[in-house]
Amino acid sequence: MADQSTFADQAMEYAPQLYSAALRMTRNQADAEDLVQEAYLRAYRSFHTFQEGTNLRAWLFRILTNAYINRYRAKQRRPQESDLADVEDLYLYRRLGSMETAAASMSAEEQFLDIFTDDEVKQALEDLPENFRLPVLLADVEGFAYKEIAEMLDIPIGTVMSRLHRGRKAMQRALYDYAEARGLTSAPSGADT
Amino acid sequence: MADCNETIRELDAYLDGELSDDLRGHIHSHLNGCMDCLQAFDFHAELKAAIRRKCSNDEVPPGLLAKIESCFQTDFDGDGVIGEPDADAGVADPS
Repeated sequence: MADQSTFADQAMEYAPQLYSAALRMTRNQADAEDLVQEAYLRAYRSFHTFQEGTNLRAWLFRILTNAYINRYRAKQRRPQESDLADVEDLYLYRRLGSMETAAASMSAEEQFLDIFTDDEVKQALEDLPENFRLPVLLADVEGFAYKEIAEMLDIPIGTVMSRLHRGRKAMQRALYDYAEARGLTSAPSGADT
Repeated sequence: MADCNETIRELDAYLDGELSDDLRGHIHSHLNGCMDCLQAFDFHAELKAAIRRKCSNDEVPPGLLAKIESCFQTDFDGDGVIGEPDADAGVADPS
């Protein structure tokens, strides 16, 4: 049983991460602030159920995710199971991989993907339908294991994996569209578009 | 040892650290001998790192942390006890 008087000391360091994740979930600052506050309040009030020594960050993210789902799904008439168009495997790699190899020979490999601005990557993630956006956010940005994500979203691990796979590909296509719109793909490459 | 198709099929789970040691070993040996697959894996590892870096750097709005912390000082249910909704709040201090 966790001692509530130590909650702030232990939990506040995760606030910036939770706020960033809340922004990706709600897609606007006011709702993200409300969501993070709600999550912290819920966490504080149920801190006595937190098992000392287990992963506090995962516990907080689970509360944040639940708060988001309850608050925003409740607004919808029925659970929204949006679908995504099918995108081929290795979509971005087949189109930009050869550019990257060229960049690597100029010793700029690490920074190659910085051709995308922070805002473009955020937008590509936020544009995913919610049932794909949350698994990608929790895996790629927050680094949670499939099992943890399955628990947070209350879906089977196989569903986590398939949504991750399809969500990532859709995100890659959105990124490629940004690259193309900015004329970054005009150099001849191995793949046709 | 895995072939290219099997290797690419496991790309996500490999980069997510979700493969069994056995399968991970098979994929690893394939990557050691296959430049095409290795480049694809490197690209996706970098992509994953870039997504993480670029989606987690938002500036916390001024005042948000203070607003959160003020919740911890509030008597929400009017029972004269700060924060704690349950009856055993009186023993919150372990000393």
